[in-house]
Amino acid sequence: MSFRTILGALAGVTALALTAGTAGAQEKLKIGFIYVGPVGDYGWSHQHDVGRKAVEKAFGDKVETTYVESVPEADSERAIEQLARTGHKLVFTTSFGFMEPTLKVAKKYPNVKFEHATGFKRAPNLSTYAAKFHEGRYIIGQIAGKMSKTGTIGYVGAFPIPEVVAGINSYFLGAQSVNPNIKIKVVWANSWYDPAKEADAAKALLDQGVDIIAQHTDSPAPLQAAEARGKFGFGQASDMEQFAPKAQLTAIVDNWSDYYVARTKAVLDGTWKSEDTWGGLAAHMVVMSPYKNMPDDVKKMAEETEAAIKSGKTNPFKCPVLKQDGTEVECKGNGALSDEQILGMNFYVKGIDDKLPQ
Amino acid sequence: MTTFEAILLTIVTASTPLLIAALGELVTERSGVLNLGVEGMMAMGAACSFAAAVTFDSTILGVGAGMLAGMAMAVIFALAVLGFAANQVGSGLALTILGLGLSGLIGAPFVGARRNPVEPLSVPVLSDIPIVGRLFFEQDLFVYVSFLLTVGVALYLGRSRAGLTLRSIGENHVSAHGLGLPVLRVRLLAILFGGACAGLAGAYLSLVYTRFWSPGMTAGRGWIALALVVFAAWRPGWVLVGAYIFGAATVLQLHAQAAQFGVPSQLLSAVPYLATILALLLLSLRHGRAIGAPGSLGAPFVPDR
Repeated sequence: MSFRTILGALAGVTALALTAGTAGAQEKLKIGFIYVGPVGDYGWSHQHDVGRKAVEKAFGDKVETTYVESVPEADSERAIEQLARTGHKLVFTTSFGFMEPTLKVAKKYPNVKFEHATGFKRAPNLSTYAAKFHEGRYIIGQIAGKMSKTGTIGYVGAFPIPEVVAGINSYFLGAQSVNPNIKIKVVWANSWYDPAKEADAAKALLDQGVDIIAQHTDSPAPLQAAEARGKFGFGQASDMEQFAPKAQLTAIVDNWSDYYVARTKAVLDGTWKSEDTWGGLAAHMVVMSPYKNMPDDVKKMAEETEAAIKSGKTNPFKCPVLKQDGTEVECKGNGALSDEQILGMNFYVKGIDDKLPQ
Repeated sequence: MTTFEAILLTIVTASTPLLIAALGELVTERSGVLNLGVEGMMAMGAACSFAAAVTFDSTILGVGAGMLAGMAMAVIFALAVLGFAANQVGSGLALTILGLGLSGLIGAPFVGARRNPVEPLSVPVLSDIPIVGRLFFEQDLFVYVSFLLTVGVALYLGRSRAGLTLRSIGENHVSAHGLGLPVLRVRLLAILFGGACAGLAGAYLSLVYTRFWSPGMTAGRGWIALALVVFAAWRPGWVLVGAYIFGAATVLQLHAQAAQFGVPSQLLSAVPYLATILALLLLSLRHGRAIGAPGSLGAPFVPDR
């Protein structure tokens, strides 16, 4: 038996199994999820899976969910199409790199509704959604500015892309707002997920006088490194308190549950429309985990800032925003930078001494 | 502790898993078997050691479980390449994929579990020597093991009769077989040793380096260990040098970023690879000998009956 025959046989069996599955569950709305990482990453993909479970809990028998984890971005089209072909009427693709494949499959299957996270290309049956994590980063920046004894705070970044750069700027602006002399050191891990390297990056920062670590990589390793040295840090994507009970000041938690439930309801009610959602603290897409390990006045400040951002009184990128060389960024939003300016941010703000890798 | 000492300590931590895994693979390859499954065996070692360490609340049991997991994976590989004379490259790649998947399954209940750090063992008197003392005599057990392992493997291969047997089997398995040497038995043991080392390196990652388990946490270190063996021209001492150059370059480039020298981070990230290749190339050039892979490396052996 050749390899090709075996493959063919396998495909046949899978197809049979899938047909059998759909026949028994005709009335249910089938919802598919594509994750870029393993659900056990305790970060990005994990939080999307928490959202999937919330949908199952909210609608019980009315829905049936499927997920495919660790889908490489370059190879995602087959996985997405597979879901569309097997009767899934709503498909969430949860990584920026899935944008083109999702668009392509969406055009092929006009009766299936697609939702793509963090992208910007839409179609009549393709919505986009993302969260304003930079709002949370402004708060942790303020906490870091208050808590730092050395006056230097650190940041472990994954890649110098706009989303991460905006996060660093927001974090730094927050810190600067409570301590005008604060300094920041940024180290790029050049990886979203390499726990050992993330830990080394955090150690390098700590060795060079940083005493508060923020991160935009996916594992708890940097936070854990801070705990091991008796310093402080912040959780990323999910509440990481159990990894560093003494070091975690708070965590910026991705909360997709409300959004996924709302979108599923829209499909069930027949009110689903293609749209773009960019929610922050107010929309509950970004949630701050409890403020801990800090004095009461710092906690109070953090809570006040959180409330102010929610109500729209404060914006991390309120004008004027100055670039490193002191030139003012054109204010295209309402008293603050516009969404487009934040989504395409490719400069550091004034006060960051480092050069942004381009 | 000065910054300098702190940096050196981080370098030791970054280099140790590479060194341990590479030494195991070196022995396997010197016996003539190319096992590309290091990454998978390492991932299994990391998952199983963490699972056992959490379940039984014992580091030692964790380490044992990690090594056993690596060896269990190695047995599967040995069965394919020795028992059925399967293609070694294909079997090794399959082992990596299997290991990464299986480790995710085994580790799934332990995602989010946490363990306390493993206490370093300090050697009395010696650990009081400035700089060197803290660096080499106040480490966790793994670090001592990695040094002993380097010396042990070097002595075994270079000075012992058993090592000579293993090397001759790796150089030419037909002649070795003709001389009556037990080709398959020696290779089985070499593959098992490689598995145990990869498992131990994985245990180091999940028990000491980061102290948690998450799928894919080996992040390519198995492949780097494989490359180190080649660039070190199959010599244990050079593997030590290579592992430490790689570890040092990895840590130093992060420090260079934090120190804000203004060099693009993407370029700095490539430094460990460039530095290691360059250093080991220079080493082999100075040595004046061609880099020789074991003669029978990768070739399946079927004894004629």
